[in-house]
Amino acid sequence: MSEYTHLTAAELAAKIQAKEVSAVEVAQAHLDRIGAIDGTVHAFLHVDTQGALSAAKAVDEDVAAGRPPASPLAGVPLALKDVFTMSGLPTTCGSKMLEGWVPPYDATVTRKLLEAGIVILGKTNMDEFAMGSSTENSAYGVTRNPWDLDRVPGGSGGGSSASLAAFEAPLAIGTDTGGSVRQPASVTGTVGVKPTYGGVSRYGLVAFSSSLDQGGPCARNVLDAALLHEIIGGYDPLDSTSIDAPVPPVVAAAREGMAGDLSGMRIGVVKEFAGEWYQPGVTAAFDQAVATLRSLGAEVVEVSCPHFDYAMPAYYLIAPSEASSNLARFDAMRYGLRVGDENGNSAEQVMALTREAGFGAEVKRRIMVGTYALSSGYYDAYYGQAQKVRTLISQDFAKAFENVDVLVSPTTPTTAFKIGERVDDPVAMYRSDLCTIPANLAGTPAMSVPAGLSGDDGLPVGLQVMAPALREQRMYKVAAAFEVAAGSLVNKVPSLEVVR
Amino acid sequence: MPNISRDEVAHLARLARLAVTDDELDMFAGQLDVILQSVASVGEVAAEDIPPTSHAVPLTNVFRDDLVRPGLTQQQALSGAPAAEDGRFRVPRILGEEA
Repeated sequence: MSEYTHLTAAELAAKIQAKEVSAVEVAQAHLDRIGAIDGTVHAFLHVDTQGALSAAKAVDEDVAAGRPPASPLAGVPLALKDVFTMSGLPTTCGSKMLEGWVPPYDATVTRKLLEAGIVILGKTNMDEFAMGSSTENSAYGVTRNPWDLDRVPGGSGGGSSASLAAFEAPLAIGTDTGGSVRQPASVTGTVGVKPTYGGVSRYGLVAFSSSLDQGGPCARNVLDAALLHEIIGGYDPLDSTSIDAPVPPVVAAAREGMAGDLSGMRIGVVKEFAGEWYQPGVTAAFDQAVATLRSLGAEVVEVSCPHFDYAMPAYYLIAPSEASSNLARFDAMRYGLRVGDENGNSAEQVMALTREAGFGAEVKRRIMVGTYALSSGYYDAYYGQAQKVRTLISQDFAKAFENVDVLVSPTTPTTAFKIGERVDDPVAMYRSDLCTIPANLAGTPAMSVPAGLSGDDGLPVGLQVMAPALREQRMYKVAAAFEVAAGSLVNKVPSLEVVR
Repeated sequence: MPNISRDEVAHLARLARLAVTDDELDMFAGQLDVILQSVASVGEVAAEDIPPTSHAVPLTNVFRDDLVRPGLTQQQALSGAPAAEDGRFRVPRILGEEA
């Protein structure tokens, strides 16, 4: 394999600007790597060889002409989750419903990546419409975790995180509605960030649960994630929930954190994130991480967020309710699949036949749970009550952040589980999101950074760092300092050469 | 405590425009029951006086200037249509359905 697939995004960008390597060579090295191993990993649903090489060529022309780089990541390859539109390439969201659909417009995130000179390699696999924690709900087959090919890469953004761990891309984009960036990052030993809600435009992001969905950067290290965060973040008039505020200075914060000094910072350990569902090896790695944070000079205290115990039930009412409404758009009329348009079937019959054929089991389950929770007679007890719990969770965060700068927890209660282990037990699958959901409900930023390997199975564990809204710089500083002290997992990923 | 019958699942599927099969009705009846029981614990929280949150970020209506902007051409808009005719979306019959 090429040395270029194992460099950081920041290193690659610097080498391209210094003419030590061309962007085309870097893109080709990653395309070759994808060609060699993606038959095994299956991180990608579509690979855009021509588009990637022509984007790289444009960067090389800028370099040759002495023009300043379009961004600090110009020429660096990236894997885009197949939930963002990009004109000219298919967007499937992992669903048969959108098989073959080629959107006629770019998502704002896509446009910003292209304008930054980032080389989009292709679109990555995901749980159908981002509903799931294992990428097993994709209609196009499972993605395998590069750490252990019999295990899931997490989800819903398993393709994006697996592409990083497999050295198929140094950067990726995910979306996080209940943990779909952070949980895959945790179980693949990579970095994943859910920005403040409204911090990254949702325009062109196919909606699952609109009050929770948030796009974010994925990388193999904290600085790369920060560099990508500043490129994709910012106000977008095309997204009416976009926050009209500057992107927090996360790159400066990551660089500051890399100095390895957290003195003066107060860090809270959320005591509710422990108990019967937590794997002993994960708990042990987390305790070690807390000790590391202390050794970096941080003051660590225990805090209680009593309503976090109710975050998962609240989420699994709110998200399905919004999904049942959002996915009503797949009506077989204007785009996407159409089934049963024959024998004089009515529009309504065609709609029902199409949705039956086009949606997988988890999507149907969530649509029906949401339909139930929004039904008259049940609305107050379910959806209405969940919205009140959401308020209490935000209040728990606000109270905690009066006393501490950031909160920490394990990112997910277990390491990567076996493919097939939880597919028939939806509630066991939902527990993957126990620690990540509160930040979605409160709209606050959170990220996962590698915290070593679990002693019981040798698989990656993630440390979650959570910050107040629009205070991403705090979590980036803590994560970057922790990363330096804990050591990256980059050189520990099993080489996939042997399994080809 | 919810107790979802097969008939209730069939009703939900009709509301959600999902032509589910008999096998799916059996499967979903059991699964929906387990899921709804597991989320019913939100009812344990004392929240009578708590205002609901629909959205984490306080927002009021957002308006944009009423300016002409580029949009999709007719061809682009129809590019993903399952069926098109005379520059329009062709849809199955919507009238004359049984009440």
